Amino acid sequence: MKNISSLILVFILLVIWQGAAMGVDAAYILPSPTQILERLWELREPLILVHLPATMGVTALGLCISVVLGLLLAISMDWNPKLEKALYPIIVASQTIPTTAIAPLFILWFGYGIWSKVLVTILMTFFPIAITVFDGLKGTKREMEELLMTYGATKKDIFLKLKLPTALPSFFSAIKMSIPLSVIGAAIAEWLGAQKGLGYFSKRMMTQLDGAGVFAPVVLLSVVAMVTVWIITIIERKIITWRKEL
Amino acid sequence: MLEFKNVSFRYDVDAFSMMEDLSFSVEDGEFVSIIGASGCGKSTIFRLINGLEKPQKGEILVDGKPIASLKQYSAFMPQKDLLFPWRTIEKNICLPMELAGVPPKEQEARCREVLEQVGLLDYMKKYPKDLSGGMKQRVSFARTLLSGADMLLLDEPFSALDYLTRVEMQEWLLHQWEHYDKTILFITHDVEEAVFLSQKIFVIQDRPFSSMEMVEVPLSYPRDRSDLKKPEIVELKEQLIGKLRRSVSV
Repeated sequence: MKNISSLILVFILLVIWQGAAMGVDAAYILPSPTQILERLWELREPLILVHLPATMGVTALGLCISVVLGLLLAISMDWNPKLEKALYPIIVASQTIPTTAIAPLFILWFGYGIWSKVLVTILMTFFPIAITVFDGLKGTKREMEELLMTYGATKKDIFLKLKLPTALPSFFSAIKMSIPLSVIGAAIAEWLGAQKGLGYFSKRMMTQLDGAGVFAPVVLLSVVAMVTVWIITIIERKIITWRKEL
Repeated sequence: MLEFKNVSFRYDVDAFSMMEDLSFSVEDGEFVSIIGASGCGKSTIFRLINGLEKPQKGEILVDGKPIASLKQYSAFMPQKDLLFPWRTIEKNICLPMELAGVPPKEQEARCREVLEQVGLLDYMKKYPKDLSGGMKQRVSFARTLLSGADMLLLDEPFSALDYLTRVEMQEWLLHQWEHYDKTILFITHDVEEAVFLSQKIFVIQDRPFSSMEMVEVPLSYPRDRSDLKKPEIVELKEQLIGKLRRSVSV
């Protein structure tokens, strides 16, 4: 086990938390980890059957749209330097806008349905994907590009045979970065207004002063995000065996 | 045959020309080295030949035809192997053929043949990371060969290798050149390498240069490293080093 030391640290922190919670002895303010797990178990049916699928639906839909849009933007900026000059500064600057602060507007504009939430998720993940993939495409070695040109390669050949493989590691980094962001985006949007979903559930528990009930869906969200990132990492290792050599 | 006719060239960012009114020619099947101090424009000659740069004046002809009208007349082998780490050795070697639209069956057959010739058939399905520096340069050479061009432009291909590997690779290259009937233009700053390998040596001394001094190496093929000890060869090496030094001090 390579991560043994961090596991120990997590365990210690959990023990401290447990001790502090038992000391405070007010579950509506600070529920203990065991109380949270207990609540998670009690609420398993509505959480896993109703609210988790709702949140995952928003996350998956938002992430897919983000990936498609992000890739399109990254590729078109790489293809056309004029587009790059026009768009790149805007994209970078727009990352400073706090999405969470403008999220309520989307609820206002698009209502309580799924699309307002998908939109928040897209807004959270689209820019990191576009920028990371674009930088990956730009990371192509000039010498390799010229070598292909001496073989008579067209722009399309260079893109398919050189740029795409070069950018693949960046693409995976972008996905891994975006998964937690999209989960956060979905949860925030649900907090602001929804009829179901883990964010919505967490907020409802808050109004009932159920501390452990607030935490339970959060734990579930974190676990799902971690597992997804882990799966992507495994796929990445299978596909990319050359990361170290570039 | 390759001909430069009154070629002038200057990089956009430079204040001075690289070459002015340069003319020279290389016959088919020759092994010619170009030597000169670093930054003198050796590599620029290759960039002009393979069309990455266009001359401001003059013409570059291959077999009497301007290069703009030709395809696959030259193949460039860079100093770094530039093998694609995500491709197997086989796929790396097939890259120029892929781009030229050679049918896959034929690609594989030619790849096998050339790998056998360079002694790396066992590595066909391996990745570049599994190979040593010398082996990678051999693969890079094989890739250059299979681009199908008759003129090979080798830009300091062995300069990043350690001395023993370099010596081995030089002998290996001569062997390959005798086996395949190709014209080789070889850039180097190593005088001994140029003398050992080539029939003719072009020396670049000034910048901008309008001509290159041509020196013939009085040795026949096949060559042996002991040939380098012959008095006339030792003297030739000294002469060449003297010329390069003078150009550096200017």
